Amino acid sequence: MHAPTHITGIGAWIPRLRLARATIAKATAWASPSANAQAKGARAVCNWDEDAITMAVEAGRLAIADARRSQTDIGIASINLASTTLPFASRDDAGLVAAALDADSATATLNVTGSLRAGTNALIQACLAARPALVIASDARVAQCASPQEMAYGHGAAALCLTPDATDAAKQDVLASVLGFAQVAVDFVDHYRMAGQTFDYALEERWIRDEALARFPPETIQRALQTAGIDAAQVQHFVMPGPVAAIKKIAQNAGLINAALADALHADCGDTGTAQPLLMLARVLEQAAAGELMVLAAFGQGVDAIVLRVGARAAGQRSQAVATALARRCDEPDYVRYLSHAGLVDVGFGMRAERDNRTAQSVAWRKRRATTAFAGGSCARCDTVQFPLARVCVNPDCRATDTQKEYRFADSLGRVKTFTEDWQAYSARPPYIYGNVGFAEGGNLFMEFTDLAAGELAVGDQVRFVFRIKDVDKLRGFRRYFWKAVKA
Amino acid sequence: MASGIRDKVAIVGMGCSRFGERWDCGPDDLMVEAFGEALLDAGIERDRIEAAWLGVFFDEQSTGKSALPLSMALRLPNIPVTRVENLCATGTEALRGAVYAVAAGACDIALAMGVEKLKDTGFGGLPERTKGSFEDLYLPGSTAPGSFAQLAGAYASKYGYKMDDLKRAMAHVSWKSHENGALNPKAHLRNRISIDQVLNAPMVSWPLGVFDCCGVSDGAACAIVTTPEIARSLGKRDVVTVKAMQLAPSNGVEMGHNSWDGSCTLTTPLAAARAYREAGIDKPREQLDLIEVHDCFSITELVIMEDLGLSDRGKAPRDILAGRYDRGGSIPCQIDGGLKCFGHPIGASGLRMTYEIYLQLLGRADKRQLPSPSMGLAHNLGGIPNRNITSIAIFGLHQA
Repeated sequence: MHAPTHITGIGAWIPRLRLARATIAKATAWASPSANAQAKGARAVCNWDEDAITMAVEAGRLAIADARRSQTDIGIASINLASTTLPFASRDDAGLVAAALDADSATATLNVTGSLRAGTNALIQACLAARPALVIASDARVAQCASPQEMAYGHGAAALCLTPDATDAAKQDVLASVLGFAQVAVDFVDHYRMAGQTFDYALEERWIRDEALARFPPETIQRALQTAGIDAAQVQHFVMPGPVAAIKKIAQNAGLINAALADALHADCGDTGTAQPLLMLARVLEQAAAGELMVLAAFGQGVDAIVLRVGARAAGQRSQAVATALARRCDEPDYVRYLSHAGLVDVGFGMRAERDNRTAQSVAWRKRRATTAFAGGSCARCDTVQFPLARVCVNPDCRATDTQKEYRFADSLGRVKTFTEDWQAYSARPPYIYGNVGFAEGGNLFMEFTDLAAGELAVGDQVRFVFRIKDVDKLRGFRRYFWKAVKA
Repeated sequence: MASGIRDKVAIVGMGCSRFGERWDCGPDDLMVEAFGEALLDAGIERDRIEAAWLGVFFDEQSTGKSALPLSMALRLPNIPVTRVENLCATGTEALRGAVYAVAAGACDIALAMGVEKLKDTGFGGLPERTKGSFEDLYLPGSTAPGSFAQLAGAYASKYGYKMDDLKRAMAHVSWKSHENGALNPKAHLRNRISIDQVLNAPMVSWPLGVFDCCGVSDGAACAIVTTPEIARSLGKRDVVTVKAMQLAPSNGVEMGHNSWDGSCTLTTPLAAARAYREAGIDKPREQLDLIEVHDCFSITELVIMEDLGLSDRGKAPRDILAGRYDRGGSIPCQIDGGLKCFGHPIGASGLRMTYEIYLQLLGRADKRQLPSPSMGLAHNLGGIPNRNITSIAIFGLHQA
């Protein structure tokens, strides 16, 4: 066993849109009579411009900011991105996330996928590598209309900043430390999704419960506890996604007799796939007391079990990323619109939606710092910040040539100077809202707003910036990303 | 020291096609229609034209690039033709080319033609086009109404107007133009409308409703220009001359510098100051007898009244509601119906505005005729408030 790996920062992102399960039931109970019985609470669903990449970036940003509280240079050596719904099958998704996070280009990027254990596996791989890492798990699984998964799934992301050797000062700020872990791989087909398919195909729950969940998790948890040198009865928290009855049984069989079961976030989020164990962990760490012991586990053609001890960070200083994400919500009353965002119905948006969104990749590469990292310029002569960075300064009283240094706007605040709600322009979620944003440091950008409904925005509102899908190229299957303004 | 363009060039003939949804016409038909009228008006042989300028914006739409659409449509005798494009100022740019050529003495008689065939897109509004390989990566896929709607919120916020009150002044702008357009046989929209109709219209881009937006039309307009001396030798008694032609494009300040508050244009005041100076105008509110401004949207016209110095800052709504810019007001605006009723075939609009001023100055505006005007101004705003091109042309009667 390596020396403990410390969690120094936590981030979480849950899409703002929540689809009430009653809304699903109302639309689908004709086909699936059991839907009415499940019509409680709401699940998180991506806006049209969110996916596993954009959620990963937001969770990652929050985790980095949290870790930087006590240590400015966190020196991330690796970004491990876990998901089963990465948009690119061949293009480094983790590399795209790293670029949006403005990570050093020497940062290793790793995509961990193919199993619901990917989130915990990414965490274990980071512990094994024994160097500072950012672990992000993000999933936006699409469920078939009227299926049980449509009720159960949610979209979301969680991120952890890890380091094997925190400074003395940072040690006082540690959220939790990984004491030990164990893994087992078992090719048990509880569900599968073939490459290229949209939906998971799920097998019978009772068979999974009896043949897999009752057997493999308890064994693996016990092995993890052994490696950590912890007695099962000392564990106060058991964090594992899955049906409550099955999780209770696992706790019993593993000897976790004093452990509280972590909230599966069913009421207002749903099961976020690979992100779920880390999201649940983040939720528990918001409230946990220093010194408490916990077991984090996930099932997915095998089991990952991780033993952690809650760190010294004071209660009032703990990241409330999950609480904040849960509180930031907006009801999605329209089932068909949700289906449209998920790509499950083909809505006739008219000829304006036919525009060819081909990306000139040579330009996207040349301008990658602007479009992906949201880097503009700051004039060394007059200090005017501006987007995009240009050869000649935009300040009419300066206009100096080649004086600009890169200046990143991702973490800036802005103010709405002008906007419109455009019903003529194509938007996957009309109205299309855009306008002029003045950055707090100076500079102006004519840009898109997102996560807003008509009537929500006003001139003078404060905004911050999120990484989102800018356009979808339906002809070539490509999607491109840029930054958008959301209400602060 | 340059002396400017004032009185160096005269317009001897103008033509304007009927504007509208000309399903039966292509750009060549529209150009032939406008040119026939201009040639008849000028009273010259068409082979006396020595050079021509063609203004087209959406070349990819139906008209095509280069000199060829004009040269071939009119079967010009292989004279030099230059195609120009400067967004919504394209028509006025074509005229500027022809006017400068005559003023330079490079030729005696020149033609400026502006044309646009918009109604082959298959949908309402302007066509969707890429903004450029880099800008597509970050700028909004904005529409024209959405881009100009931005002015309204910023203006209301800056001067403390409730949006409902600002909308009433904007509604008056559209109402007034329809009152005028109803009298114009060449206008696309000739119906009169009520203020309530404007206020209750479906929303296009908040806060702009359908009646806050100009039409989308096909059309062409052209001018034949020469020297005042040649104009007189052709037997013209009243001669309309160019008093000023100025152009001011944005340089990026509105897009990137936080000094712009979004409630006005930065370019129109600059172009206006230069144009007034070139034309020898020091009191524009008294010396301009009529104006044709770029009323692509009601809020644009409202803001432009201030940017041209014709209303005080923050006071345009008051002046508009008081009728200053109505047909009977002290500075009639869009006496022909404006973009509101003609629509905006982009390459043609500047020359269509010039056409109305020309008719008015010569007393040939029929039911719309104003009492003895002697100076008129045409204003175009190309692009969007965030980056634009203002063109201003002033025309007046020549004192022989």
